Amino acid sequence: MSITTTQSTGGVTVATVEGQLIVANRQELKQAIQEALDGGARRFVLDFSDTAYIDSSGLGALVSINKRVREVGGELRLAALNEDLRSLFTLTKLDTLFAIAESANEALAGF
Amino acid sequence: MTGFAARRLPAVSAGDERFQLELPTNLARVGEAVEAVIDCCRVHGPLDGRARFRLRTVAAEAIANAMCYGNRNDPTRQVIVAVEVGFERIRITVTDEGDGFDPARVRDMADFTEAECHEATSGRGLFMIRRLAEQVGFNERGNAIWMTLPRH
Repeated sequence: MSITTTQSTGGVTVATVEGQLIVANRQELKQAIQEALDGGARRFVLDFSDTAYIDSSGLGALVSINKRVREVGGELRLAALNEDLRSLFTLTKLDTLFAIAESANEALAGF
Repeated sequence: MTGFAARRLPAVSAGDERFQLELPTNLARVGEAVEAVIDCCRVHGPLDGRARFRLRTVAAEAIANAMCYGNRNDPTRQVIVAVEVGFERIRITVTDEGDGFDPARVRDMADFTEAECHEATSGRGLFMIRRLAEQVGFNERGNAIWMTLPRH
């Protein structure tokens, strides 16, 4: 499994993406978030501290996940994107869609 | 280690090394294919982090587009990746077995409003290639894309 989800003490679901978020595993992340939504979770942090790379389909998956979370009144935050990945978000104007924190702890503290 | 090994072709001239990868259409193996491309590009020594990131992005997007839109995920069709590595520049050509497309008809994401960017769940691949590669071109049929990047 390249996607791991855990519950923070504050009840926020934290999903970590190990290695890459690409066409091969984006569905796994979408499914993990959907299962958490079905289980009643509404607040999410996606922790990219172990993620070296995100491709365009991974970015598309994040847009799609964000829509689903918002549709049910939830909130999604991204955390710990490396400098290269951050530049992709800026390039594709997604830096203005997502709340992006320096670390998972910073993202959690903001909830 | 990757699952794909590139075939080394005779160099055109001193320092211009050439490689070719023949990939089955399988989106699950794009990551492996990209690592094989990066291995080829180290023939003249290591790449710096930024160059590696640009290379990884353009190669991944072009190969995934070729498999998905060109070969329509048909596992019997191949994607051919040609890699030319000079001392200063890398050129990658990705060819699929599809009918080709007209790149001029693909709306550039630079023309998207911010709201459209926030809504789109696809369509970023070619835009990312155009922004991160030095030069981008297509063959007449539209089933091959070539991209150049600096090695440094």
